[in-house]
Amino acid sequence: MPDPTGLELIAQDLGKAQADCVLGTHHAHGQATIEVAPATIRATLARLRDQGYRFLSSVHGVDYYPHEPRLGVHYVMLDMEALDRLTIKLRVSVDDPRVESVTADWPTANHQEREVYDMFGVVFDGHPDMRRILMPEDYEGHPQRRDFPVGGEPVLFTRDGASGRDYTLGLDNASTVIDASS
Amino acid sequence: MSDVDYRTLEESIELSHVPTAPTVGESGQELLTLNMGPHHPATHGVLRLLVTLEGEVVRDLKPIVGYVHTGIEKTAEDKSYWKVIPVIERMDYLSYYFNAMAYCGAVETLLDCEVPKRAQYLRVIHLELNRIMSHLVWMGTGCLDLGAISMFWYCFREREQILDLFEMSSGQRMHTRYIQVGGVFEDIPRGFDQKLREFLAIMPRRVDQYLDLLNRNEIVLRRLRHTCPLDEEALLALGVTGPLLRAVGNPWDLRKAMPYSSYDDFEFAIPIGTEGDNYDRFAVRAAEMKESCKIIEQALDGLPEGPFITTDRKVALPPRHELATSMEALIHHFKLVTEGFRVPPGEAYYPIEAPRGELGCFVRSDGSSKPARVHMRDPSFVNIQALEPMVKDSYIADLIATLAMLDPILGGIDR
Repeated sequence: MPDPTGLELIAQDLGKAQADCVLGTHHAHGQATIEVAPATIRATLARLRDQGYRFLSSVHGVDYYPHEPRLGVHYVMLDMEALDRLTIKLRVSVDDPRVESVTADWPTANHQEREVYDMFGVVFDGHPDMRRILMPEDYEGHPQRRDFPVGGEPVLFTRDGASGRDYTLGLDNASTVIDASS
Repeated sequence: MSDVDYRTLEESIELSHVPTAPTVGESGQELLTLNMGPHHPATHGVLRLLVTLEGEVVRDLKPIVGYVHTGIEKTAEDKSYWKVIPVIERMDYLSYYFNAMAYCGAVETLLDCEVPKRAQYLRVIHLELNRIMSHLVWMGTGCLDLGAISMFWYCFREREQILDLFEMSSGQRMHTRYIQVGGVFEDIPRGFDQKLREFLAIMPRRVDQYLDLLNRNEIVLRRLRHTCPLDEEALLALGVTGPLLRAVGNPWDLRKAMPYSSYDDFEFAIPIGTEGDNYDRFAVRAAEMKESCKIIEQALDGLPEGPFITTDRKVALPPRHELATSMEALIHHFKLVTEGFRVPPGEAYYPIEAPRGELGCFVRSDGSSKPARVHMRDPSFVNIQALEPMVKDSYIADLIATLAMLDPILGGIDR
């Protein structure tokens, strides 16, 4: 992990190369994080690659509910020679959750971006195969969002199917009644 | 149930807008799309592969995952920190100690909690036992895919000994909940030391015996040697770590590179391969089992005295005997069991070297007693992406062997 000074230097370099790129730096528990503008993510990671961070070890999504912008994507970069890790993070709003995909530069991001899309609904523009990966393809909603209820998925038992009722969402809720004839 | 005729429904489906893949391969032979799985004995779990074949040669492959997705990461957000450990362990069900270690490490980072030296050594002993156990299951089932059924029995014989050891130290054979935030659940019981030494005396010899069986076996060698290699550059671009990366000769191992839990106290070698074919993947894991034995032996010899869990009562339960005499201990116990401990707001990523590669746990805390986000960077989930480039343009039989040597655990992929 770069020390606080090293982190500021990296952030300064990124800022010099592209104005308005760096939104903030954070150093805690020996871990360094740079927050960047969502539009610059691909260029930022490419610049970090030149600085030695040649391995993208993880991409994960976070929901910062109730803070805005709500959705976050973290990219954990690894420098295998300097034995250094650096997290790049960006935040997008739920209304316009679009981020440029980095899969073209980092093939490892393919599955991981799909997972973030599946769980949080962040759409990665330019991803070769932007589909759900863990949830069924016809699933509605993004289950890892903080406002998605646990147990929010309707479960249909054979017994209830005939009468058009489902199990979780209540018997009175007309909008969730399943049409047995279709 | 439904009155509509199924056949009528089926005929009404319009497929003309679906783009069609080429149906004829380069050699002019017809391409066949074959669905393997999700229930197929050679996929080691519920993995589905859409394979496009030209004759016997794999031209394209798409892994389809998610069949055992159980939403563990979501469940974790609804539990207090220490109650997350049992569900986290069930992700990659063959490396439960590693899952717990990555998670506890991330929480300890957020808490700035120091783990006593004895606990770190006890963790290392169990992590390495778990690594051997995981590799034994890999070797047994992997050889089963190649048609060698007796390896399965031999490997599971030794695995049984390890599970007995787990049972002795924690009461459980699998999903032991042994590693806790701040240390381990309980000190090792009397007799564990001796039983572990018996195992350590036997295990390296057993590995040699396995290799005697396999290394001179014409069928095994022909199935593994020079099949489905992938170069280092491609592996790094795909984010592949662990034995698969070491098989091409890149000695990347987080235990050496970025030591955690006192791994820098121990002397051990990192086995690497040269060619990166299936045989190297096999040989690296087999050699790792012996190295793990060395680590365990050193950890057992140098096991320091002292507490096995942090003495910070805000994080770890007080000893049982104090509850009868100390009001303060009773209050701490009550608070921990009911609400759990609170973690200061922050984010931490804690990577460790699991049997299949880098297992990282990301935890975000919002200051409450439940994590706001738990994410596992599971090595199988990332490594499975390398299957397609590995098996492209090789025989379908090699696909089975490669999948066996890739060692994906679907519980970890789907979480």
